[in-house]
Amino acid sequence: MFDDLRDLYQEVILDHGKSPRNFRPLDNPTCLAHGNNPLCGDKLVVYLTLDADGADGRIEDVSFQGEGCAISVASASMMTEILKGKTRDEAKKLFEAFHDMCTKDDFDIAELAGYDEDAVERLVMLSGVKDFPIRVKCATLAWHTMQAAVSGDKDISTE
Amino acid sequence: MSRNATAPVTAPGDNSTAAFDVDVIRADFPILKQTVYGKPLVYLDSGASAQKPRQVIDAMTDVFENYYSNVHRGVHWTSQRSTEAYEGAREKIQAFLGAPSEKEIIFTRGATEAINLVAATWGRKNLGPGDEVIISHMEHHSNIVPWQMLRDEKGIELKIVPIDDDGNFMFEEYEKLLSDKTKLVAVTHISNALGTVVPVKDVIRLAHEKGALVLLDGCQAVPHMAVDVQDLGVDFYAFSGHKLYGPTGIGVLWGREDLLNSMPPYQGGGDMISSVTFEKTTFMKAPHRFEAGTPAIAEAIGLGAAVDYVSTIGLENISAHEQGILQYATERLSAIDGLRIVGQAKEKASIISFVVDGIHPHDLGTLVDRAGVAVRVGHHCAQPVMDRYGIAATARASFGLYNTRGEVDALVDALQEAKEFFG
Repeated sequence: MFDDLRDLYQEVILDHGKSPRNFRPLDNPTCLAHGNNPLCGDKLVVYLTLDADGADGRIEDVSFQGEGCAISVASASMMTEILKGKTRDEAKKLFEAFHDMCTKDDFDIAELAGYDEDAVERLVMLSGVKDFPIRVKCATLAWHTMQAAVSGDKDISTE
Repeated sequence: MSRNATAPVTAPGDNSTAAFDVDVIRADFPILKQTVYGKPLVYLDSGASAQKPRQVIDAMTDVFENYYSNVHRGVHWTSQRSTEAYEGAREKIQAFLGAPSEKEIIFTRGATEAINLVAATWGRKNLGPGDEVIISHMEHHSNIVPWQMLRDEKGIELKIVPIDDDGNFMFEEYEKLLSDKTKLVAVTHISNALGTVVPVKDVIRLAHEKGALVLLDGCQAVPHMAVDVQDLGVDFYAFSGHKLYGPTGIGVLWGREDLLNSMPPYQGGGDMISSVTFEKTTFMKAPHRFEAGTPAIAEAIGLGAAVDYVSTIGLENISAHEQGILQYATERLSAIDGLRIVGQAKEKASIISFVVDGIHPHDLGTLVDRAGVAVRVGHHCAQPVMDRYGIAATARASFGLYNTRGEVDALVDALQEAKEFFG
């Protein structure tokens, strides 16, 4: 009955949804933000520690906590794995690319040529939500929250 | 999977009367013939908004095709005909609620506006610092936020009647909250999130002993049970049209006539005045005092048709049918491993909120949707209820007069498959 949902709920996503990675608070984060999806009650906090010495704000550690559906938890979990070691600008670029992937029909994957291939592959996997418009907010909540944290905002709501 | 959308409703344990034929009723609802993802639509979200019978659709089409015009102002034939139908709908609703006068029926955009109207007019005029308004822990946001806004403006106190683990209204706690400071008790008649039927007659009796007025949010009550405002002895009663098989954009505030005429207008504009000069305006009496501007004409007429529809079938028959479905669905859902029903009050309407171990309600909603089953997932605009039970969201199946046992089976099958999917 649910065969056509396998694109949305791939094994990797189900795995991250059930056993999220980096699911913990950080002791002394450089920044954090609260994300809230009032439609479904998803709430999460994203913590980041940025390299204080480097000018590019390299992400030394990133974690999250909260509750949400399989899609939002998996997306947050995979995001923490993707972002560790990236610079602030790279994180922003990946967020924008992911957002476009989830919402735009004409997104061209070639735009991400030369990027961390593993990261791109994971984002493509999550972008299956494009066919489920109501779920796009779930997949992008952690990313919006991360972006808010590094931009100095404390709260972000996806509605 | 097994599916029998036309299962007989007179199965053992079913309380429905012989006069109630769910197949005949289903034939009135064109949308129920719809298929989604190649499967019959199983619509279990009537608590959010109910589907519309042919009789309502036809009544509204008839307005636009045959006699539409603005009301209360034209001398021409269409305006007179529209005014008659619009005011006729008011009389139908008067009879439906057992109200003494059609002047007590105020058309609003919905229950939200009805409650806001009371808060903004009666509340602003009559409430001040130290006065208390009592609501319950299981209110819809629409019966929380208007009173919070009034609290912040007027310095009144908001008191909350708690609910127990099963979702029962804690009557002893309510009694303790009542005092001479209580000016209004504003509670739901039936909880949209839990299905709990609140013992409103006793709530009203005790409130009146303290000299407080009572407003009931009847959104979830009017589709499921006969409501008589005089029998209840209530002061204000609010409901939405679209949950009663009528259109959106129309709802009703009923209030006692003396009370309504003591209240200042809600909005100013046309259709609510007796005379206007730049120095002074005098206002019409209720209901027109509260209906500024061109109203939702076809929608009001559509709601009148919806009231005719459920009244012809009989709320007692509808209630008996739905209670049979509720009992059957409660049994079948309870038997699913890892499923927990949230809200098991002693008296319930046909609404079942539930959570399933290891599957977030939002994922559950997406999965069962693929089986053609429409359920609501989320906090149901009742976040305090979710907080009370330490959950972020539930899935909710709400049953209307057209639902069948076969549809309950479809939900149960879809849930079982969803559990397997998530392993």
